Amino acid sequence: MLELLDIKKSFPLPGGRQLPILSIPKFSVAEGEQVVLVGRSGGGKTTLLHLIAGITRLDSGQIIFQDKSIGTLSEPAYDRFRAAWMGYVFQTFNLLPAFTALENVLLGMTFARKAVDRGRARILLERVGLKDRLHHRPAAMSVGEQQRVAVARALANRPRLLLADEPTANIDPANQQKIVDLIRETALEEKISLIMVTHSTEVASQFDRVDQLDEINELSAGAEPTATETT
Amino acid sequence: MSLFAIALRSIKQRSLASVLTCFSMALGVSLMVAVITIHGVVQDSFRVGEQLGFNILVGPKGGKLQLTLNSVYYLDQPIENIPYAYYLEFKQQADRQADYRHSLANKADQLHWELTDATQQLAELGAGSGSAGLLTGAALELLQQQAEQQDPGQRDGRYGPYIELAIPLLLGDYYESFRVVGTTPDLFGTLKIGPSADQSYEFSEGRNFKAFDQTNGYFEAVVGSIVARQANVSVGDKINPRHGAVDGHIHNEPFTVVGILAPTGTPNDRAVFVNMDGFYLMADHAKPVEETPEDERENQLVEPADEDLAAGAGEFDIRTPLPIEQREVTAILLRVGGDDPISQLFAVTLPNEINEGSVAQAVYPIQEIHKFFGTFIGPVLILLLVITLMICVVSGISILVSIYNSMNDRRQEIAVLRALGAGRSTVLWIILLESMILSVVGGAIGWLLGHGLVTMASALWVEARTGVTIGFFQFAPPIADWLPISLELLLVPLLICLAIVVGLIPAIAAYRTDVAKSLGK
Repeated sequence: MLELLDIKKSFPLPGGRQLPILSIPKFSVAEGEQVVLVGRSGGGKTTLLHLIAGITRLDSGQIIFQDKSIGTLSEPAYDRFRAAWMGYVFQTFNLLPAFTALENVLLGMTFARKAVDRGRARILLERVGLKDRLHHRPAAMSVGEQQRVAVARALANRPRLLLADEPTANIDPANQQKIVDLIRETALEEKISLIMVTHSTEVASQFDRVDQLDEINELSAGAEPTATETT
Repeated sequence: MSLFAIALRSIKQRSLASVLTCFSMALGVSLMVAVITIHGVVQDSFRVGEQLGFNILVGPKGGKLQLTLNSVYYLDQPIENIPYAYYLEFKQQADRQADYRHSLANKADQLHWELTDATQQLAELGAGSGSAGLLTGAALELLQQQAEQQDPGQRDGRYGPYIELAIPLLLGDYYESFRVVGTTPDLFGTLKIGPSADQSYEFSEGRNFKAFDQTNGYFEAVVGSIVARQANVSVGDKINPRHGAVDGHIHNEPFTVVGILAPTGTPNDRAVFVNMDGFYLMADHAKPVEETPEDERENQLVEPADEDLAAGAGEFDIRTPLPIEQREVTAILLRVGGDDPISQLFAVTLPNEINEGSVAQAVYPIQEIHKFFGTFIGPVLILLLVITLMICVVSGISILVSIYNSMNDRRQEIAVLRALGAGRSTVLWIILLESMILSVVGGAIGWLLGHGLVTMASALWVEARTGVTIGFFQFAPPIADWLPISLELLLVPLLICLAIVVGLIPAIAAYRTDVAKSLGK
């Protein structure tokens, strides 16, 4: 399903220097597989998800998704690809406050160049337990409810890959497990590959595969990243 | 969801700022609409003067614009007057003869009988043959010439054969705040108006006044539609004009209103028209004969005898028209230039000939109106349009400021849209759509507001002053012949262009949003 080969990513620093963040020789996820990615704060977990989603671009390397190299797609093409094939659940939900729960899910469908399916949006919201909150705006919902809307939005286009970036970080402990269960069960039902980033060892322990970013990232192997001058 | 719906929702989310921005744009557009519409009204109200059926205006020497404004639009005061005999030079023999019957120095009948008597006597003497007959014929011809010279009614006016229509105007009196115009029934009975000069005046009530009526004598009047409404005048009413000013003394002689003009949208809606002979018979309208200037006496050729003056002065029967020696006219409306080449050539040369004389001047009123517009109205309009355009630009800048200030708060929102798959150009268009919606909605409100203001002003003031009624949905006329659409219709594309220009800066900011940095902030 997904394979990362020799990917490298640095961030620019003032003065023209570059700060290398990621150097991953190989990382892959099989179809339908659920992977949790753990690592220290600031280690590059979110950056890795952003690279896979195309939100930020590689410095070098390949990203192969369903046997197709997408790392070299143009930005507009990658945007469309992401909308059509990937779902993203953000740490801070990132719901649009001016739109209702139903409209936030529909927004997830808007940019995929597919027909907007209001029926599917309703079904997804019902599945996440928000049948009676379709027309409520985020400000009128609890934190847990907002994250469930975010999950429904991420699943709107029947993605093949679901990326969840610390989805329980801002959820109260009582609802954290519900969210994790919701994501995992939905991914299982729809045979969606899942990469979840988390700090929680309790969450990580529920997954069959737990990857340590420090182990797959050459830069993180026991050393602090060193800023380098750009060539 | 469509981009339009997303943009609209964003506007609603910032409702207060959006309303204020829209209001600012509405204000600018309403002013612009009002200026454009009122300019159109002013232009129309002046240009109707081009369609009143005459092409040359003759009046006393002086300012051409003043003559035009006074005689066509009944504005300002008359420059002076010109002799009635000069007016008769534009008439043909039959009309001249009818008028000269009322001359103090009328010796036409006397000379006619003298000539007829001489002819009979010669005939009885059998002097119709041979050299004696030739001499008699020459003498008769000489007598004929003398008769014609001493009786101006026996010949055509100097310009008469080439004039289709000559209508005198006598100004100076008022009825309430409205001008009283002395004239002949030809003004409404013969003169054709409209762009093709083929429309007749119509009466909403009654009929045109007559030169003489068995019941009303010389004292009949017709009023314009606005006069009838504002002064509450009806057919059958008696009205007494005031002499020389709105608050001048009231003439004793009442005129009977016999007709009310249908609205024409011309200055005639705001005037009272009285029969010329009745006008002259009102007190203080007769020129004293002893003050007749030398040049007028030369034109008359026949001086009134003292016994005639003693018999007639100050004691005219009310049904006897004023002698022409005591008449003056303020202006003469001429329709010149028929289908034949000579008349058309005459139409071009006549003004020069009149202007070279010492008595009067001739103007083309259309030219004077165009010059007036080009000199005064045009620059003022352009200035007003520039000012209102600047107001709209300022309003546009307020849109820019409003949207740009919101961009900081919306950076995460933009990043989320991008993360959901919206491309850079998509978020750019969302911002531009917001700008366009604010601009167009503000413009639409401004259009309604501007037309509302103008319609109110029309009802309260414009119609009363110009006779032009402005309907709510009446667009301003085209501003130029080369641009045959109303300027108001250009407002929509102009506003959209303005919206795009002012929305571009925040749109570019959205375009350049760093998604990774902005997510989670």
